[in-house]
Amino acid sequence: MAQVELRGVTKSFGAFLAVKTVDIDFQEGSFTTLLGPSGCGKTTILRMIAGLEKPTGGDILIGGRRVNDVPVHKRNLGIVFQNYALFPHKTIGENIAFGLKYRGVSRADAAKKVSDALDIVRLPGVEDRYPTQLSGGQQQRIALARAIVIEPDVLLLDEPLSALDANLREELRVELKTIQHRIGVTSVFVTHDQSEALAMSDRIVVMSAGRVQQQGEPEEVYNAPATEFVASFLGAANLIEATVASADGADVVVDTRHFGRFAVPKKAANGLGPGARGKVVARAEKLKLYPAASAPEGGVSAPGTVEATDYQGQIVRYFVRVGDIQLQSVGMIDGSPFQEGTEIAVGIRPDECVVLPAEEPSE
Amino acid sequence: MRAWNLIKIYTVLVYIFMFAPVAVVLLLAFNSSQFGGFPIEGFSLRWFAKLFENEAIMRAFETSLILGVLTAFFATTLGILASLALVRYKVPGKEWITTLLISPVLVPETVLAVGLLIFLRWLSMPRSFAVLLLGHTMIALPFVVLVVQARLVGIRKEYEEAARSLGANPLQTFFQVTLPLLMPAVFAGALFAFTISFDNITATIFWRPAGSETVPTQIFGMLRNSVSPEINALGFVMIVITVGVPLMAGGLARYFARKR
Ligand SMILES: Nc1ncnc2c1ncn2[C@@H]1O[C@H](COP(=O)(O)OP(=O)(O)O)[C@@H](O)[C@H]1O
Ligand SMILES: [Mg+2]
Repeated sequence: MAQVELRGVTKSFGAFLAVKTVDIDFQEGSFTTLLGPSGCGKTTILRMIAGLEKPTGGDILIGGRRVNDVPVHKRNLGIVFQNYALFPHKTIGENIAFGLKYRGVSRADAAKKVSDALDIVRLPGVEDRYPTQLSGGQQQRIALARAIVIEPDVLLLDEPLSALDANLREELRVELKTIQHRIGVTSVFVTHDQSEALAMSDRIVVMSAGRVQQQGEPEEVYNAPATEFVASFLGAANLIEATVASADGADVVVDTRHFGRFAVPKKAANGLGPGARGKVVARAEKLKLYPAASAPEGGVSAPGTVEATDYQGQIVRYFVRVGDIQLQSVGMIDGSPFQEGTEIAVGIRPDECVVLPAEEPSE
Repeated sequence: MRAWNLIKIYTVLVYIFMFAPVAVVLLLAFNSSQFGGFPIEGFSLRWFAKLFENEAIMRAFETSLILGVLTAFFATTLGILASLALVRYKVPGKEWITTLLISPVLVPETVLAVGLLIFLRWLSMPRSFAVLLLGHTMIALPFVVLVVQARLVGIRKEYEEAARSLGANPLQTFFQVTLPLLMPAVFAGALFAFTISFDNITATIFWRPAGSETVPTQIFGMLRNSVSPEINALGFVMIVITVGVPLMAGGLARYFARKR
């Protein structure tokens, strides 16, 4: 087990900058997720930690030691790939024992370790089968067993669940987290799936276009997004333009075109001063819809129209028009849902909102 | 319907045109008559017997077999190394090297043969078995490279990366993972190389050392005197080897694949 640190790491492929000056601390024993859309540089970072790519700049430290020049096979890491990458010409037993061979483990000890590892991933007794004789989910468990049996300092997982179908994915993600917790190995998990990241991680590093947008615990990243990108990438968020009217006292008062003037807690305002332009972030599940003219007294609300509904069983998603903007609202169905075209009132809870500074158009 | 029938007849004719000469050789090899021609008088294995008594032919056979096996070995080894370098590593001028490796296929064999001889004369090296082997390897190499490269491109890099991450150094990774996965192509490439060497005549005539014959040059030499029925028997053996060896190898490969 070891701590992993990235210090000012950059990576360019030719003229293309895939990773731009990234600093991340992966705490010992933690489960950290690199989350971001496809192509944002997650895999590249993982491969640099693994030693499969060389950083163009900056340092990578594992357990306090600079490893930039240490080759892959001397880093003692476990890697789990999206496509399992089990050796097709070797049995399951030989696959799992592969790393033990290079660690001077005796034959008898190796057999014991292999069978223990198979117990951990709940597939005992499949030593003599070949990878193609197992299902995708089973193969990925074997890949996990092969990676953890060598007791790696760091476990690297690159979208290990993305090739599986939805049911299996959820089952395996719970199991993966349980196993990681049990053996306590420092883990770096890469995914583009925000629900996976929120469900599994101790820490989430949200990335976009080669840059870290925000890092923190799941609740923090979800409830207090630091940038518009983070707000809209994790779950559905509504961004409402606002100007700060005053910022004295415990609250910050903002002016919005659609919801008028209201106060948000000072700590949610990211240090914005009077006159600053920004955006109020209201998560879709925090947006409440009421029948027209029955919004609670004293709340912050605006009149609107239901434009579209997306019915998802117990949950319904509404697309609501308020003036010139469209907002999303997600809620449990409680009584009969609103029909399209219904006039309603949209309410927001200012104490659950965050205000972000207006962003310059990014390069 | 009529059009289809025409196509069928046409196809059959093409096949007859292609395989009739082969069939003639196969049939006449068993003809008991003194003269290598039709009509067939009776069934006999005497030409095969004579073949095995003919020392010159047996020596040519030995030369061809050794040459074929060595060509297969060198062309395959070099082919694997070249493919690895070209597919797995960043080599400057990759396209040029590939073209250069493949070029012996495109250059007329006579030109290639003369070229190598002039080059050796310049180095003041006499013709020898080694020169012949070098030349055959050069001719067979492109085929091996093409086959092995195609397979290597299809082997995901993740297998090798997984092996490296588990502690195998690059050499161990090659022997434990890359080579076993590459085996079908290596096998096919080696067979290709063997048959190409075993069949080759044009370049061999230029390169062989004085007094040394391979099976094709031996047949060629014998034909200058007369068409002896022995040659039909020899032709039969050659067909069996060049067709039979790959078929048998394919069968064996499938058998082992199924056993797995
Ligand atoms: N070997 C490479 N050569 C050139 N470009 C690459 C290479 N690997 C990745 N890239 C580019 O770097 C960017 C980040 O890739 P990657 O780290 O795989 O993204 P992610 O895993 O987040 O989807 C992509 O635009 C990709 O095209
Ligand atoms: Mg990726």
